Amino acid sequence: MPLQKQQILNKGIESFDFQSGGEASSNLKNVLRKLGVSAKIVRKTAIITYELEMNVVIHSLGGEITAFISEDELEIRVDDEGPGIEDLDKAFTAGFSTASDEIREMGFGAGMGLVNVKRYADQIDVKSSSENGTHVKVIIKLAS
Amino acid sequence: MKLKTVKTLLKTETIFEDCGIMDDHEIKSACGEDLEIKNACGADLMSDVLAFSNRKTLLLTGLTNPQVVRTAEMVEIKVIVFVRGKQPPVETISLANQLNICLYSTEKSLFESCGLLYKNGIGPEAMNYIEETSK
Repeated sequence: MPLQKQQILNKGIESFDFQSGGEASSNLKNVLRKLGVSAKIVRKTAIITYELEMNVVIHSLGGEITAFISEDELEIRVDDEGPGIEDLDKAFTAGFSTASDEIREMGFGAGMGLVNVKRYADQIDVKSSSENGTHVKVIIKLAS
Repeated sequence: MKLKTVKTLLKTETIFEDCGIMDDHEIKSACGEDLEIKNACGADLMSDVLAFSNRKTLLLTGLTNPQVVRTAEMVEIKVIVFVRGKQPPVETISLANQLNICLYSTEKSLFESCGLLYKNGIGPEAMNYIEETSK
């Protein structure tokens, strides 16, 4: 395991790309498995990354995911351009979603995305505005 | 319960079941009829599948878009059964092929399908967070 933070993923995400959406999360999952990260941490990371990745696809104008690993933690950064999150408190409320009917018909918009992320992350930091888009940083500790 | 029993109970139609060709030309399904199904989940919302993520092997759903396969991959679900006779588009089957997730369809409703499996011993997903699993 590297001592300093090492980048293990950097991938662009396109707005409304439901064909490729989820690929970044899948790639990260495979990288972590190959690095010997525990199944529990891989699963947590997969869920966190997938929820954030699909948020970019559904709600933004596009963005990117970057992941870093160090000896004791994973850092996931998801940055997008878009309208931002209007009410962060509401966004973290189970069941609340701003998804359109079209999105809901695809099975999204349960209003559990950020709730799931917060549940499984050890630390989460969200900055969001209509001018600068949304920037999420998540830390996942490698030791239980 | 073995996968073959699930298929019988739900009278499934096989949509995708990878047949890996072994060196001796024996055809073997990637899922395997003897795949043990211990826990299952019935859901039509992606995040609900992810929210309670104790180990489960099988998903019953009416969602057929490719993202349902991606969601299943995130929590290591190996089998998806589409209920209400739903048939997935080619993009979903293609992704399942890529990720080695088996797809079936049943004419039964989500309610009946879940009930049949539950009645015959398949456990529900535990409504708690991720538990420690072995490597």
